[in-house]
Amino acid sequence: MPISNHAFGAIEASVYAPEVFAQGLPAAQRQAHGDRPRQPAAEDAAPLLALEGIGLSFGGVVALADVDLSVRPGEIRAIIGPNGAGKSSLINVISGVYRADRGHVRLYGARYAQVPTQRLARLGVARTFQNLALFKGLSVLDNVTSGLAYRTRSNFAGQILGIGRTRREQQEQRGRADQVLEFLHLTDVRDRLAGTLPYGLQKRAELARALVAEPRLLLLDEPMAGMTAGEKSEMAAYVRAARDRFATTVVLIEHDVGVVMGLSDRIAVLDYGRKIADGTPEEVRNDQRVIDAYLGVASGNEEGADI
Amino acid sequence: MSAIATQLSPAAALPKWLAPLLLIAFAYVVIPLIGNSYLFEAILLPFLALSLAGVGLNILTGYAGQVSLGSAAFMAAGAFAAYNFSLRIEGLPLVASIILSGLVAAAIGIVFGLPSLRLKGFYLAVSTLAAQFFVQWALTKFSWFSNDSASGVIDAPKLSIAGFEFDGAVGRYLFALTVVVVLTFLAHRLVTSQTGRNFIAIRDNDTAARIIGIPVLKTKLLAFAISSFIIGVAGVIWAFAYLRTVEPAGFDLDRSFQILFIIIIGGLASIRGAFLGASLIVVFPLVLSRLGGFLLGDLFDSGVLDMSQRIVLGALIILFLILEPDGLVALWDRVRRRLSLAWQSS
Ligand SMILES: Nc1ncnc2c1ncn2[C@@H]1O[C@H](COP(=O)(O)OP(=O)(O)OP(=O)(O)O)[C@@H](O)[C@H]1O
Ligand SMILES: [Mg+2]
Repeated sequence: MPISNHAFGAIEASVYAPEVFAQGLPAAQRQAHGDRPRQPAAEDAAPLLALEGIGLSFGGVVALADVDLSVRPGEIRAIIGPNGAGKSSLINVISGVYRADRGHVRLYGARYAQVPTQRLARLGVARTFQNLALFKGLSVLDNVTSGLAYRTRSNFAGQILGIGRTRREQQEQRGRADQVLEFLHLTDVRDRLAGTLPYGLQKRAELARALVAEPRLLLLDEPMAGMTAGEKSEMAAYVRAARDRFATTVVLIEHDVGVVMGLSDRIAVLDYGRKIADGTPEEVRNDQRVIDAYLGVASGNEEGADI
Repeated sequence: MSAIATQLSPAAALPKWLAPLLLIAFAYVVIPLIGNSYLFEAILLPFLALSLAGVGLNILTGYAGQVSLGSAAFMAAGAFAAYNFSLRIEGLPLVASIILSGLVAAAIGIVFGLPSLRLKGFYLAVSTLAAQFFVQWALTKFSWFSNDSASGVIDAPKLSIAGFEFDGAVGRYLFALTVVVVLTFLAHRLVTSQTGRNFIAIRDNDTAARIIGIPVLKTKLLAFAISSFIIGVAGVIWAFAYLRTVEPAGFDLDRSFQILFIIIIGGLASIRGAFLGASLIVVFPLVLSRLGGFLLGDLFDSGVLDMSQRIVLGALIILFLILEPDGLVALWDRVRRRLSLAWQSS
């Protein structure tokens, strides 16, 4: 499919929160990537996101212990690890769903003890959930349109009476949603209730809802879980295409090591809440601790699953 | 997709607004010609008031997912506010007094909606009981609300708009019908708007809603406000057009439950459902008493009637919850689809 960057027109700076704007929109990051080969973002680029010394526990369970992580603009950054390693907790800390006991999150240079969830979308961060989190009672189109809710300026009275900016705003948001649906090949199910879709399509619709806001940072918590091999490679292609088309930085949690190796620029490995390795797929693949903790189990059957 | 499209084609060929429009025309033109006062007084007026209350509660519970057991309190607030506005402000037009009383109910709704910011489901439902008991207590305790009348029961003022009196059963029916049609239309617009979709979003997954930037707290309170506004106006209709008296007794917990049952039986998150549910709730006791009287004669006194009503209604609700959680609306749509299929194949 032809992928043109800025297909939706340039983002208005005003949709971002002031501190994002103050940082300056990362022009380099927004440049067209075209069909560039998979390449890590420049080594010296300032990190878009940095976790510093994150610790989190639930009662006696240590979910995260002293985790550092840096994510460069434009890269696909995978986080892998066995069940219960703390991957989802990490994404929940980044998106402010959890508040870390220790450490802080640096987003575009601004430092947060807890990221303000309510303003996350305005900060240019979108995410999907490990367990489906679509709005079941809304159509796919409405689900995706709701990804733009943070930009809505009209109020309920204007919407009821159909006056003011309502209609234009609605048309514009629908138009954007339709483009994303087309991009992810969901147009056929556009008017179906989200809850009635098969699992794989629901996952994809959730990606659409996150993408419609053209986020600068996209957090994906196991977007391919429970999919067949075919669906997985399809999804992987969508994730890569989304990164290229929207110049989005992606943090990706995925169990399927084969998929991760082919898709990501850098991989961090968690085990029992600690980061045990961090590097390029090549480096991680050859790391003895990773092989012991994780890959050893899966390498036999899954590494061959290419994408 | 195409299979679905052909399945629905006879219905889809007609514009969506046609059926409601025909129904409204029928209600305005035909019913006043053929109806007798029993139909208006005993069936249509309570039906209209309860339907509107159901629409209001459905916005809060069906769409926004916030369970409330305080509906009757908001009806009472609306009714007493309208009474006091027209009593105490000389020459206030009826329409203005209705809107103001809706706003009073909305304000009370916001106050009692505050717990929803922390509580969910069952706990929230219990906390809305506070509204129910507090409002009823305040209205009984402070006789100022009923203008110091000895009995606490007061006559509702006459219904007149711009010099035109809505007299008699038909007049009051047309008045109630007009209010219900206008508010239902606005409610329909609301639930299909971005705000209505935000309601559904916080109902279905409030964490995801917060993440994508829907202002969850504000949206919940807005749902309480709008819902209470509509229920408050339903209270005005109940008192001014149906009972023609204003008294706290009719707005008790039983009434709150009745409205909740209306939307459960009719169908959650459906405007039509409120009307279907209300028609069942209103007509069903009448049918039961006729039937009971016919079958059992004198044995079927008011005590037996009351008891059998509760039993049958309770059984009905359980049946619906198990067999048709989507309510009469779903049943209705299924029957209609069958019919249109049968129509096609013949
Ligand atoms: N809300 C919570 N309350 C209590 N414990 C939690 C909570 N969230 C996570 N945990 C615990 O923290 C640890 C890390 O969980 P997390 O969900 O982050 O793991 P994960 O790497 O995403 O695992 P999976 O691959 O199974 O999704 C687990 O022991 C889990 O039980
Ligand atoms: Mg997880």
